[in-house]
Amino acid sequence: MTTQPDLLYSEEEDALRAAVRDLLTDHCDPAAVLARIASDTPHDRSLWRTLAQSMGLAGLLVPESFGGQGATHREAAVVLEELGRSVAPVPYLTSAVVATEALLACGGEEAAGLLAQLASGQTVATLAVGPAARPGGAHPVVRHEQGALHGELTAVADAAVADVLLVPARDGGLYAVNTEVVTVTPKVSLDLTRPLAALTFSGAPGRRLTDDAGPAVQRALRTGAGLLASEQLGLADRCLTETVRYLKERRQFNRPVGGFQALKHRLAGLWLEIAGLRAAARNAADTLATGSEDTDLAVAVAQAYAAPVAVRAAEEALQLHGGIGMTWEHPVHLYLKRAKADSIAYGTAGGHRAAVAELADLRAP
Amino acid sequence: MTDSTELRTRTRELLAAHPPAATDRLDFLRARFDAGLAWVHFPEGLGGLGAPRSLQAVVDAELEAAGAPDNDPRRIGIGLGMAAPTILRFGTEEQKRRFLRPLWTGEEVWCQLFSEPGAGSDLAALGTRAVRDEGAWVVNGQKVWTSSAHAARWAILIARTDPDVPKHQGITYFLCDMTDPGVEVRPLRQITGEAEFNEVFLTDVRIPDSRRLGEIGDGWRVAQTTLMNERVSIGGMRLPREGGMIGPVAKTWRERPELRTHDLHQRLLELWVEAEVARLTGERLRQQLVAGQPGPEGSGMKLAFARLNQEISGLEVELVGEEGLLYDDWSMRRPELVDFTGREAGYRYLRAKGNSIEGGTSEVLLNIVAERVLGLPAEPRTDKDIPWKDLAR
Ligand SMILES: Cc1cc2nc3c(=O)[nH]c(=O)nc-3n(C[C@H](O)[C@H](O)[C@H](O)COP(=O)(O)OP(=O)(O)OC[C@H]3O[C@@H](n4cnc5c(N)ncnc54)[C@H](O)[C@@H]3O)c2cc1C
Repeated sequence: MTTQPDLLYSEEEDALRAAVRDLLTDHCDPAAVLARIASDTPHDRSLWRTLAQSMGLAGLLVPESFGGQGATHREAAVVLEELGRSVAPVPYLTSAVVATEALLACGGEEAAGLLAQLASGQTVATLAVGPAARPGGAHPVVRHEQGALHGELTAVADAAVADVLLVPARDGGLYAVNTEVVTVTPKVSLDLTRPLAALTFSGAPGRRLTDDAGPAVQRALRTGAGLLASEQLGLADRCLTETVRYLKERRQFNRPVGGFQALKHRLAGLWLEIAGLRAAARNAADTLATGSEDTDLAVAVAQAYAAPVAVRAAEEALQLHGGIGMTWEHPVHLYLKRAKADSIAYGTAGGHRAAVAELADLRAP
Repeated sequence: MTDSTELRTRTRELLAAHPPAATDRLDFLRARFDAGLAWVHFPEGLGGLGAPRSLQAVVDAELEAAGAPDNDPRRIGIGLGMAAPTILRFGTEEQKRRFLRPLWTGEEVWCQLFSEPGAGSDLAALGTRAVRDEGAWVVNGQKVWTSSAHAARWAILIARTDPDVPKHQGITYFLCDMTDPGVEVRPLRQITGEAEFNEVFLTDVRIPDSRRLGEIGDGWRVAQTTLMNERVSIGGMRLPREGGMIGPVAKTWRERPELRTHDLHQRLLELWVEAEVARLTGERLRQQLVAGQPGPEGSGMKLAFARLNQEISGLEVELVGEEGLLYDDWSMRRPELVDFTGREAGYRYLRAKGNSIEGGTSEVLLNIVAERVLGLPAEPRTDKDIPWKDLAR
């Protein structure tokens, strides 16, 4: 029998949330994010430094012996909720969660050294697989020949800010490659707060982290998918809160628009879905943290549920803001674009339902 | 404070003094009540020990392992889920002592005389009159949709005692004896074929003032306790994975591969995921309650439960194909217990339709979530400050 997961937030987690939220309120308001994504440097390096270095949050998942904080996925999930609430353009999920998990699975000195650098926030790394790769799914890889990497990857999230790429190759190995020796071509991305870039490897030298990239990549993708649900939760919750706030103020027909029952029912329905998402996201984070045998299923359930809820929250927010919601100036489009991109990242809801079919023994015809 | 060790000891003492195999069922249940192990969070002397509610599981597990009889909660859901918490909160000492023990043991079944033909969602508009006559109240009116009235010994009843004040103010709450000669119960056949609910005609029913629950004119507030508990007890059952309506569908899916289609597979997986998320949401709610920080999720659980039951049972009828065109039994019966998941797919599908109506419709619950949880403006009201007798009917 598995023990019941702890689905609540501890006092320490609430305190962590408050600290991150304070920082983001001061340094990552919607106007600032809007201005930044229109610039040449969509990533917010100064916010990253504060989060990663001053607050030590890049090392949450890294044991203290490797220079990290030795916390768990539960705390990292709380950070991601807050980052999702602010659609913060920082490489937390890609570097501090996914790349970090891959390195944790590798062992060896090369990985240990990189882990320490990632934990300190001085180095940003990203796992060089396509953004839609899901745990258990296939993904394209590059070739490793005569000590160097060759090939192309059409889209990797946050590659443009990464110092190091963790690259699975066809020979089965996982390599650490400095970004300087790779051609990184930023792509015009739907989600400007987590932009993609194409990578061209033409004989790029790489340091082998492990001979068997499989387990490391799987672990990284599973954690990424599981904790993405917390980002989606934060995003959806913010969309609902802002929409409710706006509709209490906005008046038409001589009354607040939020008093019309058609809208009240839609928002109440959304609230209920978000309550479900909170339970599913906490469940995924807690099972990841405890290494429960239920983890695969918990992650698949959270991802099969999260994407439609987060997308609906953003779409409803846009619709219920009326014309202003359609403008570039209003931040709701940032949420919509992130939510839609998140619905593909680390596997679609349909992909995760296919995983549920396996895990819960509900086979296809 | 009573802890789990002490509860375990007490439970073992109960089992030693009244070995289930050698004890009459009712005697055992009464002894369990008297030992404070019926509902441990109730006060001492009333079936409990004033212990945290979460510790009930400790007692239940011990008793189940020992093969002890239970009080068949499905038969007495209204008593346990609605009447008991209301009597506990608003009852006099004498009322609590008189009613709670036989309610819990199941010796006395309860029903709920709230809804009327003219007062459903707008329950506060009810017109059943209770008029004071010396030490008693004389009640006249009609109630409807009364589940289990045919099996009930007692009823929780709300009636109008003052028509001259606005509707919420003139209501009083009573405990009504269903064996009174003025109480007439007529079955109402449901879409399932059977008659779980009834219409109840009240003609000059005399209720002694000692069976009034709460103050005169305070019945609406008292009824809120009943209604809140009703929604929690409908939506808030603790379930294992696949414990609800999804269970039989998943079982059929596994056992009968010949029924599978791609379309059904996608829909099944979506609903399976939603059912699992609803289960987790309920679990989270319970963890909040145990931690003493109840969250607003409770108001939503019944909504989720109703929608899922309906969609899942609808899928099940399609899944079983031709069998879905058959029905197990249309004969008119008056069942002793309310069972959502029993019988076959067709019954489950039809019975689930009631889940979004009974205990407050889903539309009304959405209003409640929107107003109380999200703080959105209330519906415009035209009936608040007008005496009940002047309202249009
Ligand atoms: C199986 C079953 C068992 C029941 N058991 C009992 C029982 O034991 N005791 C008891 O007292 N009652 C019982 N009921 C009655 C139940 O509580 C009422 O049916 C319910 O409250 C709705 O009232 P109504 O039927 O008069 O519908 P109405 O209130 O007339 O509603 C008609 C429609 O209008 C909608 N509506 C009403 N008001 C609003 C609003 N403000 N905003 C939006 N939509 C609105 C409703 O949602 C519904 O769809 C039972 C009902 C069922 C189906």
